[in-house]
Amino acid sequence: MSDLLKNLISVGHKNFEEAKPSFNSQEALDEANRCLYCYDAPCITACPTGIDIPSFIKKIASGNMKGSATTIMEANPVGASCARVCPTEELCEGACVLNHSTKAIPIGDLQRYATDWAIKNEQVLFKAGEKNGKHIAIVGSGPAGLSAARELARLGYEVTIYEGKSEPGGLDTFGIVPFRLPKEISLWEAEQVEKLGVTICTNMEVGKDIFADDLIENYDAVILAIGMSKVPMIGIEGEDLDGVYDAIDLVERTKNGIYEEEFIGKRVAVIGAGNTAIDGATTSVRLGAENVKILYRRTEKEMTAYDFEYEFAKQDGVEFRWLTNPKRLISDENGHVKQMECVRMELQSAESDGRPRPVEVEGSEFLMDVDIVVKAIGQTRHMKMIESFGLEHNGGVVKVDENTLITSNPKVYAAGDVIFGKGIGEAMVVSAAQQGKETALSIHQRFKETLAERV
Amino acid sequence: MADISINFAGIKSPNPYWLASAPPTNTGYQVQRAFEAGWGGAVWKTLGEPILNVTSRFGAHHFNGQRVAGFNNIELISDRPLEVNLKEIYETKKMYPNHVIIASLMVEPKREKWHEIVKKVQDVGVDGIELNLGCPHGMSERGMGSAIGQHPDLVEMTTMYAKEAAEVPVITKLTPNITDIRATAKAAVRGGADAVSMINTINSLVGVDLDTWNPVPNVNGQGAHGGYCGPAVKPIALNMVGDCARNPEINIPISGIGGISTWQDTVEFMLMGAGGVQICTAAMHHGFRIIEDLTEGLSNYLDEKGIDSLSDIIGASVEKYTDWSDLDLNHKVVARINNDICINCNKCHIACEDTSHQCIDILTDENGNDYLKVREDDCVGCNLCSIVCPVDGAIDMIDLTPTEPPMSWNNRQSAIQMLQNADS
Repeated sequence: MSDLLKNLISVGHKNFEEAKPSFNSQEALDEANRCLYCYDAPCITACPTGIDIPSFIKKIASGNMKGSATTIMEANPVGASCARVCPTEELCEGACVLNHSTKAIPIGDLQRYATDWAIKNEQVLFKAGEKNGKHIAIVGSGPAGLSAARELARLGYEVTIYEGKSEPGGLDTFGIVPFRLPKEISLWEAEQVEKLGVTICTNMEVGKDIFADDLIENYDAVILAIGMSKVPMIGIEGEDLDGVYDAIDLVERTKNGIYEEEFIGKRVAVIGAGNTAIDGATTSVRLGAENVKILYRRTEKEMTAYDFEYEFAKQDGVEFRWLTNPKRLISDENGHVKQMECVRMELQSAESDGRPRPVEVEGSEFLMDVDIVVKAIGQTRHMKMIESFGLEHNGGVVKVDENTLITSNPKVYAAGDVIFGKGIGEAMVVSAAQQGKETALSIHQRFKETLAERV
Repeated sequence: MADISINFAGIKSPNPYWLASAPPTNTGYQVQRAFEAGWGGAVWKTLGEPILNVTSRFGAHHFNGQRVAGFNNIELISDRPLEVNLKEIYETKKMYPNHVIIASLMVEPKREKWHEIVKKVQDVGVDGIELNLGCPHGMSERGMGSAIGQHPDLVEMTTMYAKEAAEVPVITKLTPNITDIRATAKAAVRGGADAVSMINTINSLVGVDLDTWNPVPNVNGQGAHGGYCGPAVKPIALNMVGDCARNPEINIPISGIGGISTWQDTVEFMLMGAGGVQICTAAMHHGFRIIEDLTEGLSNYLDEKGIDSLSDIIGASVEKYTDWSDLDLNHKVVARINNDICINCNKCHIACEDTSHQCIDILTDENGNDYLKVREDDCVGCNLCSIVCPVDGAIDMIDLTPTEPPMSWNNRQSAIQMLQNADS
């Protein structure tokens, strides 16, 4: 496809505009005034970044919009993104005391209202600290990397972020569907960080454009915030056929304004039932697919997608096939997928991780006609990169000291999805943001004394 | 169904709700619409010498997203020719003979002026006359309205002038812009008033615009003080009604005015001695249709209480309204939190901790859940916690069993006096 054609398609693709409208000022005021302004509010405790929620809401009510946005972004450097992607029902809104009397305050929507105001009014909310002469390198400009960079810059560190992709923001920029999180939101967050003097070097891949050893050598500390990678291979026949997509890759393309025309009028099967699967499915719907099914080897109960994501998919008309697993993909004469052989599953007693174990029901194989298959069965790790730093890891999950977030190399810290997994932490944007903050504080803790001596 | 009609100073009204003299009663068209909607009476927009008005005229105090907690105006009396008003009063009374029309009047404090206008309105069939001695803005600068109402002697004299010519009941409307409204109420009694009505609006400046720095409302960038009314003034009005009602020298009916917006407000004013009520701001906020709930709610309330007639509740709480020195010093109330209902917003805790008597603790139960508990020994029973609590029923104020007989400050002082007398 020519660039011109790509641009034509990408301009104003309505299906990919943000799905949920933002509050108008009256809605925001009404809801803000409903907030009880609790003392020692449980919503604050429920927020991984500890945003002073009653305070930012009170400021919306009083018309102090800059103060409101500052309260949010102070605690969470990616607060505008989190306003859209946080599982608020499970966090702040779930903890709202009004759940016990009327209904919870829509904290996410109010947070979005306040941060949208800051974006629209081109506010710069923070200032860099006085330079202290220490240089920190951060690999990855996702939520964890940006968050660490913002805090370090405020503390006076000179920060350089190395980002492999063409634009900063990581998962928020490339990995979350545009109709939930438009790219400009996370780019604004990155810009806020850059305005504190942080240098973000894009298109700089570790191992190709820059090397781990050089970073460790040339900086006072390095933070590894590289997140996770593509969807792994399922390991079935036909996975390399045309028409088989990686959900993460598919989302990234739509974020870049590339809308695959192949989906129009087609039958799509999405494999997996996490949030990425939902993204793959809803993206397929918006690309014009005629029918989209999510196939999951367990049941509704075990699916890892958030409730609101599940609801969102259902509203988009996505169908769900529980206890169904693909066995092989069948090609047409042109090497394009045309059918999928599936097998029915049943659940047996729990595995070690507490989830019931799915087993094939013998002889239950059947064929499903499909035109496109989207794989969303999890994410692989940036193994090569982790190993290039020589860090200890557990299947790609970098080992860190719980308190200091220092890896097996004392000069290297790690935060975000790169340390998530195997039962440790939560793969949420907001958790990554918090870890970024904690990493920055940990670094400062380490250098504070020597800095004081220098003065 | 309870009878909610009233007989106020000899004026019979199908219900206690009259529209106060104000913009809603400016024209026959409006008053007819009000009667059609079910209002019992209307006090016509004040008549007098024709005046000129300014724009803009109104301002409001909004609070935490609620519109019109208070309302302010700088509008003067009727700006329409007297003859037009008289003609419309005549027509309206003809169309609605069972509804009450009161003429509100304001002229210079001269005997012949009052005689003249009283006769004119009587001739078109009004049921009563209300003397506007309370309007605090504009007219007061010309020696009328509250300029009269702030001088007991002028109140007495003006009431007397009106009474000399009046064949219908005369209601003297009082201004709250005075140290003690009982002084002017007594003056009205001395002047022969058949009733008093209170309160007129309170001197006010409702706000300053943060961008233009103009007063609100403004007239070409300038402002002047207006009259404040609406829900925010209700407690001030209720106190003044109660204070007059419990004063033996003020033994004439009181028409209650000031922030009355609901049937509950009405019940409160009537319990505190009002023989009927007048409403303006609530109607200006929502239209005449609010009368449906005002009458229905009142009637249902009386039915629920097993009361046949609204008249039976007039003044029923007056004897409970007394001087502070008569309150029982030995009475003890404490707050008790119902943890089943409490939603743990902790507002009571922080209010008590920061601004009252530090007696609400946040404790943790055996399951690790926080709960709130009042240390009753330290609780002074101030009500603050129950006031800030957002959930009905979460905090009860409990009367403790008295350990000593009731004793007021007055009792105490006289007891001390007796002891001293006995000693000497």
